[in-house]
Amino acid sequence: MDQSRIRNFCIIAHIDHGKSTLADRIIESTGLLTSREMQAQVLDNMDLERERGITIKSQAVRTVYKAKDGKEYIFNLIDTPGHVDFNYEVSRSLAACDGAILVVDAAQGIEAQTLANVYLALDHDLDVFPVINKIDLPSAEPDRVVNEIEDVIGIEAQDAPRISAKNGIGIDEVLEQIVTKIPAPKGDPGKPLKALIFDSLYDSYKGAIAFVRLMDGRVSKGTPIKMMATGATAEVVEVGYFGAGQFIPCDELSAGMVGYITASIKNVRDTAVGDTITNAAKPCDEALPGYKKVLSMVYCGMYPADGAKYPDLRDALEKLQLNDASLNYEPETSVALGFGFRCGFLGLLHLEVVQERLEREYNLDLVTTAPSVIYKVHKTDGEVIDLTNPTNLPDPSVIDYMEEPIVDAEIMVTKDFVGPIMELCQERRGRYVSMEYMEETRALLKYELPLNEIIYDFFDALKSRSRGYASFDYEMKGYEKSDLVKLDILINKEEVDALSFIVHAESAYERGRRMCERLKDEIPRHLFEIPIQAAVGSKIIARETVKAMRKDVLAKCYGGDITRKKKLLEKQKEGKKRMRQIGNVEIPQKAFMSVLKLDEDK
Amino acid sequence: MRPLGIYIHVPFCVRKCGYCDFLSMPSGKEGMDDYIFALIEEIKGYGEKYKCEGSEYEVKSVYIGGGTPSLLLPDAVGRVMDSLHETFAFANDKGVEVTLESNPGTVTMASLNGYVKCGINRLSIGLQSANDNELKTLGRIHDSAAFFKAFDMAVDAGFENINVDIMTAIPGQTLNSLENTLKTVTGLGCTHISAYSLILEEGTPFYEKYSSKEGLPDEDEEREMYHFTVSYLERRGYLRYEISNFSLPGYESRHNTAYWERDDYIGFGLGASSLIKDTRYKNTAIMKEYIMSPLSRDIFSEQITLSGRDRMAEYMFLGLRMSRGVSEDGFKKEFLTGIDGIYKNELDALKRDGLILRDSGRIKLTEKGIDYGNYVFSRFL
Repeated sequence: MDQSRIRNFCIIAHIDHGKSTLADRIIESTGLLTSREMQAQVLDNMDLERERGITIKSQAVRTVYKAKDGKEYIFNLIDTPGHVDFNYEVSRSLAACDGAILVVDAAQGIEAQTLANVYLALDHDLDVFPVINKIDLPSAEPDRVVNEIEDVIGIEAQDAPRISAKNGIGIDEVLEQIVTKIPAPKGDPGKPLKALIFDSLYDSYKGAIAFVRLMDGRVSKGTPIKMMATGATAEVVEVGYFGAGQFIPCDELSAGMVGYITASIKNVRDTAVGDTITNAAKPCDEALPGYKKVLSMVYCGMYPADGAKYPDLRDALEKLQLNDASLNYEPETSVALGFGFRCGFLGLLHLEVVQERLEREYNLDLVTTAPSVIYKVHKTDGEVIDLTNPTNLPDPSVIDYMEEPIVDAEIMVTKDFVGPIMELCQERRGRYVSMEYMEETRALLKYELPLNEIIYDFFDALKSRSRGYASFDYEMKGYEKSDLVKLDILINKEEVDALSFIVHAESAYERGRRMCERLKDEIPRHLFEIPIQAAVGSKIIARETVKAMRKDVLAKCYGGDITRKKKLLEKQKEGKKRMRQIGNVEIPQKAFMSVLKLDEDK
Repeated sequence: MRPLGIYIHVPFCVRKCGYCDFLSMPSGKEGMDDYIFALIEEIKGYGEKYKCEGSEYEVKSVYIGGGTPSLLLPDAVGRVMDSLHETFAFANDKGVEVTLESNPGTVTMASLNGYVKCGINRLSIGLQSANDNELKTLGRIHDSAAFFKAFDMAVDAGFENINVDIMTAIPGQTLNSLENTLKTVTGLGCTHISAYSLILEEGTPFYEKYSSKEGLPDEDEEREMYHFTVSYLERRGYLRYEISNFSLPGYESRHNTAYWERDDYIGFGLGASSLIKDTRYKNTAIMKEYIMSPLSRDIFSEQITLSGRDRMAEYMFLGLRMSRGVSEDGFKKEFLTGIDGIYKNELDALKRDGLILRDSGRIKLTEKGIDYGNYVFSRFL
C-alpha cells in the first residue's frame, strides 16, 4: 500500500457542534472499497463476516475517496469522544492519527472544549484544519467565527470549508481538504513491526481484537507478535480493516495503515490499549510512548441489582476495561447492597457512560452509590490514606486533617450570564482566578473549584443558569486542606452505608436536608412510618418522614377479573423485588441514584 | 357431580357511568335480540366449546350481571333460563341461587313479576347512594325516589332475597351522608349489601377527571368510611363475610362465594370469564366477533392453564378475602401438601406484622390485614 494515498485523521469538536453528523456525511460520500479490492472479491469475505454476525462499533472506519486529482485515497476516520472527561481517550485516538478536522459551530463559535481538544491535537503534532459547520442556521456568523479561530487558536482559517453537515452542504470541499491538508503517514514498511493499540474489544468468536495503527513494518497472518508492555506473545490469525460496521479481512497491514489484528488472544488483559505490538522474531528497538496512565478522579460503588449477577458484573467490567483502560475497579461489600465493586472513573460523565454500557451491552441491572472523589486523610499517627469510599473513613478522633482535590476550571460564557455563573462558582466554593474577554461578548472565567463540587449536577447547573451558553473544561490542580465531614443517612434509624458521603462542613446541613427531601419522595409508603435522617457523627442535622400507608386493598374481585387482579398483584410484587431491603424498609434502587441529582431549585 | 356456577353477561346500559370499567354499551332492541340469540347458541354448545360433559356438573347458582340486565325483557331472560335448564343439570330448584342485577331506573312491576316467573330468586339493585347529589356525581340514571319505588315493587313481586350495592369514597360524600345511605338500606330490610370503595379504574372518565385526587376523599377518610360501614352494618346484623360484602346470616351470595372458593364456573356472553378444571378462559370483548361465532374457541381473549403454584396463589388470595379465611385442611386436601411447607416464611412474616392470624386450623386477615390486603395477597404469588 502506497502510504501517500492514506489519510489517518479524526474529527474534534465541542459537544454538539456536529462531529458525528460530519463523520456520517464523510462515510456516506465515500466508498467502502478501492476498485482493485472490489475485483479481488473481498465482498465474499464480508458476507462471511455478516453471517457470523460480527459487527463493530464504529470506533474507526475505513473509506475510499476518489479525489479530484483522479486518484483513490484511503481515509481512516478514527472516532474521538468529545467530552472533557475523556481527554485521555481523545489522546489515545489522536496518537493513531496524522491530522484532525476541527469542527466549529458557525453560531456558537469556539467553546471551552474546542480549545481543550485543539491543544491536545497540537500536543500530538497533528495538523489541524478547521471546518465551519451549521452555516444554515439563521444565527450563523461564519466570518466572525473564522476570525475567532485565527485570533484565539492561531490557526489559518480563511479557506475553512463552510458547511452544513446536516444538509450535506460543502462536504466535497471537506473531502478535498482531507487529502490536501492532512499529511500522509511517513512510516517505514521495511523496519521491524511497530503498531499502536488504540482500542480493543472482546469477541467471543475471535477472542481479543486489537485495533492498531501501524507506525513501521508489516503484519500478516502467521506473524509472531509480542505485546511490548505486557510481554504476551501470539501468532496472528487474521488482519484486516474496518468497513462500515464490519471487520473486513485482508492479506497484510503495513506501515501507515489502520486496522485490526486477531491472534486467538483469550485473555483480554493481554491487549492493553496503548501498548505497542511488534514482531516477536524481529522486534523493534523501543516501544511507542503509549499513553500516560490516567488516574481515576471519581469513584462510586456499583452493585448488581440482583445479587446473583455479581460474577456477570465482574466479567462485564473486565471486558469493558479492555477498551476503556481508564476504568478501574476492585471488589467491595456494602451492608445495604451486598457484593459489588468500587469503580474509578475519569469523571461523572464517564461514570454514566460506563453504567449505561453495563446496562445496555451487558444487560445488567445496576445500583450505583453516590460518587466520591479521592480524599487524602492524614491520620494523627502520620499515616495518609487515599479515601475512595466514604464508609472507610477512620474515626474522627484519629484524623489529623483531610485534603480534597482542587481543579483549575475554565468556563466560557456570554457576557449576559457572567453574573449567574460567578454566583454558581461561589456557591460551589470556587476561588476566582481571573476573567478575560475573548471578544466583546464572551468571557473566559477561570476558577479553582473543589472537584467534589463538580461531580454533583454542576454541568446541569451551569447549563440552566446560562441557558446553555456556557461551556466548561477543567484539569486537576492538586490537593488542599479542607474542613470535611462524613454525612450519614439513616432510614428508619438504620445507617445506610451506600448513601454516606463526604461533604464540606458548611454544606453538610443543606446537602443533608436535600437528601432527606429527595429520599422522602423516592421511598414508597410502608405499613409503618419511616423517619429519614441525615447525621454528622451522632448529630442529626435534618429529618423527613415517610408517612405510613393507610390502605392497599382492592375492594372488588369477582370471577371476571381474577386474572387481571392477579397481574396487578404480580406487578406489585415485581416492584418490590427491584427494591433493596434495609432493615424492614424497602428502598427502590433509583433512590440510590436520584439523591445525586439534587435539583438546584428544589 | 361437581358444583358449577353460571354467569351470564349482559353488556347493555342506558348509558355508561363515569367510574364504570365493566364491559357495557348502549344498545337498541335489535342488538339485544342478536345478542340473546348468540348467548343461547353458546349455552347450548358449551360442552364442545369447553370440552366438558354436562353430566359432570350440577348447577348451584346463576348470576345474570352486566351492564344492566334489567334492560332485558322478562321474555329474553326466560329464553336464556330455559336454555340453561335444557342444557345443564340443576341442583333441586329451590337450592339454586339465581340472581339478576338491576338498575332502579329500569324496572317496572311487570318486568319484576316476569323475572320471578323465569326463576330469578335474588335481585341485586344498584343503588350506590341514597344521596341524590352523589348519584348525580356518579352519573347514575336514577334518583333515590326511583330506588325506593323499585325496592317496594321487588318486594311486591315476591323477592325476599335482595342485595343493594352501595358505594363509599364518592366525591363529596361525608360520613353523615354515608350513614344516611346505610340507614336507608338497612331500614328497608334487604338481605345483602355490597359496599365498595370507589376505585378509579384506568380508562374511565373518572380516572382522568380525578387524576389529581382533587375532590376525592383521601386515604384516611376512605378508611374511616370503610370502618364505619363495617361497624354500622354489623350492629344491625349484617355480617361482613368478604372484604366488601355483608349479609344477614344465611344470605351470603352463593355465587360469589364460589368464585372465592375456586369452584368451577362458566361465563356466557361477551367478555365473560370461566374457570373450568384449572383453566381460565375469557371470551372476546368485541361484540361483532362474539355474535358471529359464540362457540368458536378462537374468540378466547384469554386461555390460561394454571400451574400448581398459580392455583395455590389463587387459593390464598381469593380465600383470604373471606372473613372465614382459608382452611389449612382444605389446602392440604386440594394440594396434597401442608400450607407451611409452601408458605411458612410468608405466613410467619405476615403474622409478625399483625396482618393475619392463625386460629384453629384457619388463616384469616386481621382488620389491619384487610386495609393492606394487596400487600398480604402479593406475598403468596
